[in-house]
Amino acid sequence: MHDLYAKLKDHFPLGPLTEQRADLSFFTVGREHLRSVMLHLRDQEGFSHLVLLTAVDWIEDGVFQLTYLLNNRAACQDLGVRVMLPRENTSMDTIHDIWPTAATYQRELREMFGIDFPESPGVNDEFILEGWTGIPPYRREFDTKAFSEENFTHREGRETHDPAEHMKKQLYPDGE
Amino acid sequence: MKDELKKRVIKGPDGFEFEVDPIQDYYCSEPPKAHPPAYVKIVEDLFNWARSESLWILGYGTGCGAIEMRPLMTPRFDAYRYGVQWRATPRQSNLFIISGYLSVKTLKRVIRSYEQMPSPKYVVGLGSCTINGGMYWDSYNTIKKLEEYLPVDLYIVGCMPRPEALLLGFENLKKIIRAGKAEGANQYAENFEWYKANQKKVIHDWDMPDYNW
Repeated sequence: MHDLYAKLKDHFPLGPLTEQRADLSFFTVGREHLRSVMLHLRDQEGFSHLVLLTAVDWIEDGVFQLTYLLNNRAACQDLGVRVMLPRENTSMDTIHDIWPTAATYQRELREMFGIDFPESPGVNDEFILEGWTGIPPYRREFDTKAFSEENFTHREGRETHDPAEHMKKQLYPDGE
Repeated sequence: MKDELKKRVIKGPDGFEFEVDPIQDYYCSEPPKAHPPAYVKIVEDLFNWARSESLWILGYGTGCGAIEMRPLMTPRFDAYRYGVQWRATPRQSNLFIISGYLSVKTLKRVIRSYEQMPSPKYVVGLGSCTINGGMYWDSYNTIKKLEEYLPVDLYIVGCMPRPEALLLGFENLKKIIRAGKAEGANQYAENFEWYKANQKKVIHDWDMPDYNW
């Protein structure tokens, strides 16, 4: 993996390499280079399969991290390419013409994170949610508990105990 | 409103043009009616005994609990010996098992299927998710109290309940039916407005008629 990274680094400005396992590594790339890196990896290096495209919401840093996970079947290698994007009005270039499956992932990200992929086919269609009007539910500023309490009826009788306190009361009812 | 539900003009294969309003033409707009019991109690008891021995379950799994029904409908637990069987369509079944968590999107399909089932019909909530949300108690798309949306005859607790618990649940449901207390369909018809209001509160894109009979 180091060889490939060194080779890529000659052509593209890359972030540091994180080696998760012998067969799984990650590096960051600027969004303007993503497309050429992807094409290079697919056509020259044998990373022919897009395993997944997912996002992480780093709300503290104000960024979304997109991870494009690629697989090289012949070499049994996985490679994650990360792109950092600002959280406001996030928009990213589509890669559905490189891997058609990306269109589905992009549609999901559009719905769940609100990341736009202009020109990706059907990106604005409903994916999982139906009739969703609030902010995208996977964004971390979305308070799922408050939403659930507001929308769905709560059944009384559900209690939560602190395990340590509860067992202390159970075992030593008179105090220690 | 979805495109396929909008009023439109269709050209038939013979070149004849006609207007279709799917909501009006494909569905019955009549609200459900409560069915009064038979004129003598002993006859109604006979009916209820017969009903209790013919539980036909709609083969529709809403959540992970549906996995418990596979050993039940196969030789391992063989629920058929108790007069219970699974059917493929709502028109052929009278028992709806809500198997596990029920998301808002699935609730829509559940309501449609439930309303298509012939009366008298029964609903069993399976697993803690249908009772109080279970582990999805703070989820953005899982309902927490099933009886707000459909009349529930029986809950089976557990996460997940074993097939044995379901068999016991069937036996208990039979007792409830024989006692004449499984009046879910009538309850639904009588409190129709209340159920519809609750359903529409969570289903924001209501794109079906009020009663999908």
